[in-house]
Amino acid sequence: MAGASSNFGDFLRRLARNRLAVAGGAVVLFFFVLSAFPNVFSRHEPNRIDVLKILSPPSADHPLGTDELGRDVLARMVYGARISLKVGFVAVGIATAIGLLVGLIAGFYGGWVDAILMRFVDVMLCFPTFFLILAVIAFLEPSIYNIMVVIGLTGWMGVSRLVRAETLSLKERDFVAAARAQGAGDARIIFRHILPNALAPVLVAATLGVAGAILTESALSFLGIGVQPPTPSWGNILTAGKDNIEFAWWLSVYPGLAILFTVLGYNLLGEGIRDAVDPRLRGR
Amino acid sequence: MLRYVIRRLVVIPVMLVGISLLSFLAIHLAPGGPISVAADLNPKATAEYRERMVRYYGLDQPLHVQYGRWLVRMSTLDFGPSFAPDGRQVSDKIKERIPVTLTINVLSMGLIFLVAIPIGIYSAVRKDSWFDRISTVTVFTGFAVPTFWLALLLMILFGVKLGWLPISGLVSLEHDSLSLAGRFWDRARHLLLPVLLAGFGGLAGMSRYMRSNMLEVIRQDYIAAAKAKGLGERQVVLRHATRNALLPVITILGLSVPDLLGGAVIFETIFAIPGMGQLFYQGVMARDVPLVMGILVIGAFLTLIGNLLADVGYALADPRIRTG
Repeated sequence: MAGASSNFGDFLRRLARNRLAVAGGAVVLFFFVLSAFPNVFSRHEPNRIDVLKILSPPSADHPLGTDELGRDVLARMVYGARISLKVGFVAVGIATAIGLLVGLIAGFYGGWVDAILMRFVDVMLCFPTFFLILAVIAFLEPSIYNIMVVIGLTGWMGVSRLVRAETLSLKERDFVAAARAQGAGDARIIFRHILPNALAPVLVAATLGVAGAILTESALSFLGIGVQPPTPSWGNILTAGKDNIEFAWWLSVYPGLAILFTVLGYNLLGEGIRDAVDPRLRGR
Repeated sequence: MLRYVIRRLVVIPVMLVGISLLSFLAIHLAPGGPISVAADLNPKATAEYRERMVRYYGLDQPLHVQYGRWLVRMSTLDFGPSFAPDGRQVSDKIKERIPVTLTINVLSMGLIFLVAIPIGIYSAVRKDSWFDRISTVTVFTGFAVPTFWLALLLMILFGVKLGWLPISGLVSLEHDSLSLAGRFWDRARHLLLPVLLAGFGGLAGMSRYMRSNMLEVIRQDYIAAAKAKGLGERQVVLRHATRNALLPVITILGLSVPDLLGGAVIFETIFAIPGMGQLFYQGVMARDVPLVMGILVIGAFLTLIGNLLADVGYALADPRIRTG
């Protein structure tokens, strides 16, 4: 595995040379730290109501102001970061797992298995994703778990197409023939030989996917069908911002900035990984 | 060409069956089936209401009969009456909302083309210039901005602080008493922010896409040949390169239908615009199953048509596709 690890070293060196990707990674890391140690960054409880301080503008005690129930916006945003990351990672985990499985099976077995699976992907892609998510949510109780699952179940099609294309070319390679000659079964070939080699584009798609999932979650929460109050989420703080648009700009500005920077961070990191994995794709 | 179009058309029925199956399963896989969705979660559901649901879905029939009925309904665009108190036909409700959504999307598409294509061309031609760098950073930021947040900020700025633009609805209260020009102006003012926001996401994507197409084309031999012939840069870029770089953009137009429909839900809800997106959102909030399913299926139809137009448009523009 010496070759693999030095490849990985090359990959890291190329990634570190990309200033935008490093900046993206730093933002991502920052929000990780934020959600790991929320009480370090905020002195207040996210759900403590203070009727004397309803909608008070940013001050020394409440750096980002308070909301319509007098709760500290900074505290709610710090805890909201945790929710956003959780939704992003779980949803993308689900989508990636399904996409990998479908792509590997379709690409490896070909024939009618491939035809059926890919037509299913085509049909799924016919439904506007946001419509599909909303329709399913309409049938379920809105909760953070349902949101994660639904975003995951409606977001795997791109990954499966990527993985299928990779698998189609990988299964014709000599090392697969060699493994087969040694008597390896289908499962071993798929998971030990093809999967590791097909992971690079999946990593890129997953990083960009986290950004997409965070955006979707915030939009759903903003519309009132995502994360439900009192659980704080960047999206549902923005709902309060819309309701109080004429008196409390800070409720609208800060959560949006948090979403913007997080999504930008994952996007830059994802693009950076893409360039570092395969320099030929640079600038595309 | 005809053969290519026919080959594309043959796929459509297969896709329609797939759409019908998937949407049918979506209703029936919901825990407890459609009744539970609309009745158990709805405190106002009466026994009479449940009965109506059973009859509507034919839930007393075997599954394949139910599916057959759903298929017939779908192909005639008959989604039954809405569960809303007015009880009107879902298809009528959708029909009167579609023009609004379509108008806004077409306008925003025009905006995307007017702005994004020149930006894409210029940043490709002057690659790594300041203009290219600034537009690249702007594009990345554009991808990351949540549309609904931008809508809020613009509402605060132009609606609340400056008071220049209205922030909800399609027309003002006094619309009917205005002169013709006044009405037009009134509508234009109401549409400005929604159109801008509907196009915003596409703006970033399209300019990026145009840039990478253009970079691809500029590298090719025939561009070098045109330059070697002594043609000016302007002519090479605009007449030789842009034409070919524009081809793939046609497909993007068709393929962006699902994103535009999804976006419509958000900006129509924020700006209280009576379009299909708002109708869908209201249906979801009211758990109006026939309405939600109707719009979901119509959305899939529109996407399918968009894909078809993209394929055919591309084939028309590029002979290599249809003969290859």
